[in-house]
Amino acid sequence: MERLIFYMLAAVILIFSVLTVTSRKILRAAVYLLFVLVATAGFYFFLEYNFLAAVQLTVYSGGIVVLIIFAVLLTAHLDHKLEPIRLGRGVLSGLLATVGAGVVIYAIRSYDFQPSSAEPIDFSIEMIGTKLLSYGDYGYVLPFEVISVLLVAAMIAAIIIAKRSISND
Amino acid sequence: MIEGIGVTDILVVSTAMFFVGVFGFLVRKNLITLLMSIELILNSVNINFVVFNKYLYPDMLQGYMFSLFSIGIAAAEAAIAIAIILNVFRRMSGINSDQVNTMKY
Repeated sequence: MERLIFYMLAAVILIFSVLTVTSRKILRAAVYLLFVLVATAGFYFFLEYNFLAAVQLTVYSGGIVVLIIFAVLLTAHLDHKLEPIRLGRGVLSGLLATVGAGVVIYAIRSYDFQPSSAEPIDFSIEMIGTKLLSYGDYGYVLPFEVISVLLVAAMIAAIIIAKRSISND
Repeated sequence: MIEGIGVTDILVVSTAMFFVGVFGFLVRKNLITLLMSIELILNSVNINFVVFNKYLYPDMLQGYMFSLFSIGIAAAEAAIAIAIILNVFRRMSGINSDQVNTMKY
């Protein structure tokens, strides 16, 4: 049963990620990307990382895809079609991607991963919050502070970039 | 841990997703489609971190935390990229990457 669900999620991810990059309607491509991200959240739920799956659903599929759809609606007509992939470029890129994927998959399959049988720790939200703000061993307070500064900088930069063109025109 | 599914199976899925993203990055010219390809690539890397954490080091949480921070950085990156794309759209005729070459030479 679990294998079946895994294969279904994997099929959803593969089919819709291919459709994302080959679809000629850009709004549909954004919706296919949403399916890929939701299936990834399904992976995380499957691995019992519930908080990470919730973050994936809210930030990626809730935030980023909505942002992309807004950008699509602001920059293109709905019936606008992307130009078809040029044959030479498509063949060359497909060859490159296939060879790269082949090499990496060969390396993965020939390496002998040893799954650890150590006692898994409890990934409760309480533990994650404690670890994010602890400065002892395996505490993450420094990256937490750095990413908060980064997010403020990104927010201010996005406002300034979007604003300046109005005042200049 | 998923019963009957090894670490290799999930890594194969994420590798395929990564190279589909690379393919999309190479063949498309629209800047928003390029951004979507980058999101695919970032997402597959997050899966890798999580899977290594779950299967190989279940008693630690580095991979978990790293993908948590990586999701946050991806959100910031998407916000900046879309602000830049909208600005380019206002100043130039389109948002194809071959039209945006003012600063190239």
